[in-house]
Amino acid sequence: MWSWVAHRVTGMLIFVFLFAHVLDTALVRVSPEAYNTVISSYKNPIVGLGEAGLVAAVIFHAFNGVRVMLVDFWSQGPRYQRQMLWVVVGLWVVLFVPFLVRHLMHVFA
Amino acid sequence: MSTIEAPRTQFRRSRATRSNYELWSWVFMRGSGLLLIALVFGHLLVNLVLGEGIKQVDFAFVAGKWASPFWQTWDLMMLWLAEIHGANGVRTIINDYAEKDRTRFALKTLLLASAGLILVLGTLVIFTFDPCPTGAATADVPSFCQTR
Repeated sequence: MWSWVAHRVTGMLIFVFLFAHVLDTALVRVSPEAYNTVISSYKNPIVGLGEAGLVAAVIFHAFNGVRVMLVDFWSQGPRYQRQMLWVVVGLWVVLFVPFLVRHLMHVFA
Repeated sequence: MSTIEAPRTQFRRSRATRSNYELWSWVFMRGSGLLLIALVFGHLLVNLVLGEGIKQVDFAFVAGKWASPFWQTWDLMMLWLAEIHGANGVRTIINDYAEKDRTRFALKTLLLASAGLILVLGTLVIFTFDPCPTGAATADVPSFCQTR
């Protein structure tokens, strides 16, 4: 139940971000200056932490999505759905923690 | 309900449809999801982890990538799959939580408009992008622009 809620919340968050991300990237078509001005306004610790949160959401949504597919298609999927949630959490930690260290090094460098 | 139905008319939850729309939407969510894992993780690795991470991202960086058909194709696929996957997911959320017909219709109209805008704009940007726009400052464009 909570993994279902988290899948919706992270999915909604990523969708809203995608809207903004395509709009600001479209500024490359306006001029290099316009794009660089907006992108440099993102280069601060607050947006940097927001980016980390977004990556956290993407990693969870990706692995939980694989879990949903395994529940749907793998004959043993429904039986192991709870254990697979712990695998999702484990993989999330393994991928996100190194990413966070690397990203914060860039943000605070 | 405008008319009173004949007695003992069988109850229909909704009009029978002849399409398998919901089935294909379900299949699409799984297929696109799998492809998006590779596309989005690759995107994050190249843009946020390798090199100088987020600090390297500027016009010259984007132009350097989109000068290559490889990244144009990558980003175009990512754009279409992510936008349709996301819009279809939000459609499910609207169906679940918006109870009034008019609210659902209004929200889905808004959703369709936003998805259309993002797909058209994103696709146009990828296809009409010029890495070396005339009149741009040399410092802002990729180094390969000078040899032109």
